[in-house]
Amino acid sequence: MAHGPSQNFFSRWLFSTNHKDIGTLYLWFSFAMFLLGGFFAMVIRAELFQPGMQLIKPEFFVQMTTMHGLVMVFGAIMPAFVGLANWMIPMMIGAPDMALPRMNNLSFWILPFAFTILTSTLFMEGGGPNFGWTFYAPLSTTYAPDTVNYFIFGVHMMGASSIMGSINIIATVMNMRAPGMTYMKMPLFVWTWVITAFLLVAVMPVLAGAVTMMLMDINFGTSFFDAAGGGDPVLFQHVFWFFGHPEVYIIILPAFGVVSQIIPTFSRKPLFGYSSMVYATASIAFLSFIVWAHHMFTVGMPIAGELYFMYATMLIAVPTGVKVFNWITTMYKGALTFETPMLFSIAFVILFTFGGFTGMMLSIAAADTQYHDTYFVVAHFHYVMVAGAVFSGTAAVYYWLPKWCGRMYDETMGKVQFWIAFIAFNITFMPQHFLGLAGMPRRYSDYGLQFTDWNMVSSIGAFLYGGAQLLFLYNVIRTIGWGKPIDDPQVWEGAEGLEWTVPTPAPFHTFSTPPVVK
Amino acid sequence: MMKRAKALFLGLLRPSSLLLAGSVSAESVTRQLNMPRGVTEVSQAAYDIHMIMIWICTVIGVLVLGFMFYVMFAHRKSKGVTAANFHENLVVEVLWTVIPALILIVMAVPATTALLKVYDTENPDIDIKVTGYQWKWQYEYIGEGVKFMSELRTSQDEIYGRAPKGEHYLREVTQPLVIPTNKKVRFLITGNDVIHSWWVPDFGVKRDAVPGLFTAAWTKTDQPGTYVGECTELCGLGHAFMPVVVEVKEEAEYEAWLAGKKEEAAIYASTIGKQWTFDELMVKGEQVYGRSCAGCHQVNGEGITGVFPALKDSPIALGPAEGHIAILIDGVAGSAMQSFAEQLSEVEIAAVVHYERNAWGNDVGDIVQPINVLNFKQSQ
Ligand code: HEM
Ligand SMILES: [Cu+2]
Repeated sequence: MAHGPSQNFFSRWLFSTNHKDIGTLYLWFSFAMFLLGGFFAMVIRAELFQPGMQLIKPEFFVQMTTMHGLVMVFGAIMPAFVGLANWMIPMMIGAPDMALPRMNNLSFWILPFAFTILTSTLFMEGGGPNFGWTFYAPLSTTYAPDTVNYFIFGVHMMGASSIMGSINIIATVMNMRAPGMTYMKMPLFVWTWVITAFLLVAVMPVLAGAVTMMLMDINFGTSFFDAAGGGDPVLFQHVFWFFGHPEVYIIILPAFGVVSQIIPTFSRKPLFGYSSMVYATASIAFLSFIVWAHHMFTVGMPIAGELYFMYATMLIAVPTGVKVFNWITTMYKGALTFETPMLFSIAFVILFTFGGFTGMMLSIAAADTQYHDTYFVVAHFHYVMVAGAVFSGTAAVYYWLPKWCGRMYDETMGKVQFWIAFIAFNITFMPQHFLGLAGMPRRYSDYGLQFTDWNMVSSIGAFLYGGAQLLFLYNVIRTIGWGKPIDDPQVWEGAEGLEWTVPTPAPFHTFSTPPVVK
Repeated sequence: MMKRAKALFLGLLRPSSLLLAGSVSAESVTRQLNMPRGVTEVSQAAYDIHMIMIWICTVIGVLVLGFMFYVMFAHRKSKGVTAANFHENLVVEVLWTVIPALILIVMAVPATTALLKVYDTENPDIDIKVTGYQWKWQYEYIGEGVKFMSELRTSQDEIYGRAPKGEHYLREVTQPLVIPTNKKVRFLITGNDVIHSWWVPDFGVKRDAVPGLFTAAWTKTDQPGTYVGECTELCGLGHAFMPVVVEVKEEAEYEAWLAGKKEEAAIYASTIGKQWTFDELMVKGEQVYGRSCAGCHQVNGEGITGVFPALKDSPIALGPAEGHIAILIDGVAGSAMQSFAEQLSEVEIAAVVHYERNAWGNDVGDIVQPINVLNFKQSQ
């Protein structure tokens, strides 16, 4: 039965139902989006290099901030982890493929169309979306350019793609585990992804509801969010954040999973507190549904609501802390080595913890009055999303790439990239805390002279960080094309798990007969 | 700019100098790294809890990450260690769940008291209604008959680099809000078009200005001075260009200012009947246009294709004056063209309509007088 991929380039990639090929597609797509979103960020940082409007007009600036956020969140980070899930989940649980391979193909191929539609609005009359990635009504309804309809359509498509991808992951994990692979034996990456998939299935429809209400308000005369017609703009924010807060955990949970695979490998020691990791992930997921209005502390909620959302948000620190302690204790008394994936994972732990601290500060409603919608918040979420999700995604690629293509990446280049990325990241985002505290609001196309210096520092860091990504791209291409061939299934000395039992490079079909897990 | 960049770069090589010494202009503000302590009970409460949080996080961070660094140095394979094999320990796991939870409970106490202060809006001495417009603020002293717009005063030339930037670049407005010391002032905040957010860091006041909703915030300070803030909710392309400036004056001074404002309003009312000349209206109209209209319709009246219509050669600008006035008074439903009836006076509306009909090659040639606008309003 075993046969290889189609020899025809188009039928191989367009019609693929193979989890590895689809995983590859997701990963390349997400990297392309990462570069596109990164390009938008470079435009933003170039304009903010000094006060005054130098390069672009304010109306284009807001389109850039909006598109940067949308492309990074929905186009780069989320598909990257779906790609990793596609590649790794079947190999980790001893399944031959995903449970629903055709749907897998569809859920990927929707994405390029969704993002083509979204990006093409930049070239249309009226310009692209200009209301921020949080698209608060009525700026995104009554006051939006006509192209908002394309945006809504695009969001619907991404939502459909995510829901299909999630259903697939849930179905795979529930039905296709190898004999003996009980739930509490699954690798943590699989666990975090199942929980993430449930989050996605729960909240993507809420996002779809929000944009559908927008669509109705814009085109069919309803007034969900229009105060003049008896609607309520604040309703929009509740609906959006009911999606939006779980969304941030959708982004970070798979990253937790990746790091929980890598740290034990390079510590040569099993993950500390496996079951508490699972419970912590589940409690974070649960809490993520009941804290949404911490994004709305300044909207004028009644004090009871404000207090409730403050306390609930503070609680998240407990399971998050448990995770950090577990990672560090995994390293304790291990035999550590510091290959590139490990470096990125350690940086993840340090910088994510830092982002968690600023998260704690933001959860204090009275202080958030000062932080909200300033660069302090921008700094916070880049610490958790870039140093969190992006670093762990990079770590994952370095970690599994040798298994995927049977060639070793260049370790020195990997380390160089790590150090540039690590230093540049901090140059970019550390000063943004100062800017925010000193009073610079976010989404500003221009600023007073007192903010000049830190903005310059931040921009310089951003360009460097962008450069590091090109090095990453080069390293990956070089590995795939000309890397040193390896054939040890184990790849990393300390690696544990089924994915390391299959040959290197991983053949097109793995586990056609299920392994038995003791 | 290059010089500044170079100074900065050199500063970076010597990190301490960047933080401590001021090598370039506007030292004190430029070097600000932390939240201002501010001048009100609320801002100080926010600052205090902010500092408490920073210290708690620093201590935890140093302990936890310090331990991690110790592990990274002590337990590396290159030192010849062999890995242990433990992966559970109920006692530490319970401890590191319970201890953070206890810390949180302790933190919740000051967090709650600080928030109660933010919400203590009862029994004000003065009520001021704050309305966010795209892209300016309107202040109305409730019960005093005083109401005015506060708009950015920085010129487009400064913004676009055609003129040197002044010291107060983007921190200056046509008319600041004025409040007295030692009085509890309550702000009733709302939005006219999209959501804005009214923020004065030194007061610790930040409240969203949501259309259709009034929210309350308050302030009271004994320190006279000028306090600058910003709009902090994305409100369109002019988001960065609608600062908040508040002047806190001693009570007597404030009373004098308020009396002056009332008088001004009375005088203004009497000018409505005056007949203006063509050129007077053009001059006034150009100012109003620059402040209130050019943001969308552009200085040259050509708009932005597909978003904001051109006024140059527009049928409305060239048609009967009535229709042109009507658009300003009523706005265009469902679009960014809002009603200016509340924002601009009759004189300003007359002037700007007149200007639009006679600028950029539009040449209707008629004169629109304030009284025409008043009549139109009354006929509605
Ligand atoms: C200890 C955990 C965390 C806490 C307590 C926390 C708390 C908060 C709070 C209170 C805000 C609202 C700030 C404001 O707008 O004024 C916020 C914003 C944000 N957080 Fe977190 N956070 C945590 C972790 C995370 C993680 C893991 C992510 C994502 C990977 C994340 C992503 C974001 C994003 C994207 C925003 C800004 C959304 C926007 O307005 O555009 N946070 N966080
Ligand atoms: Cu949140």
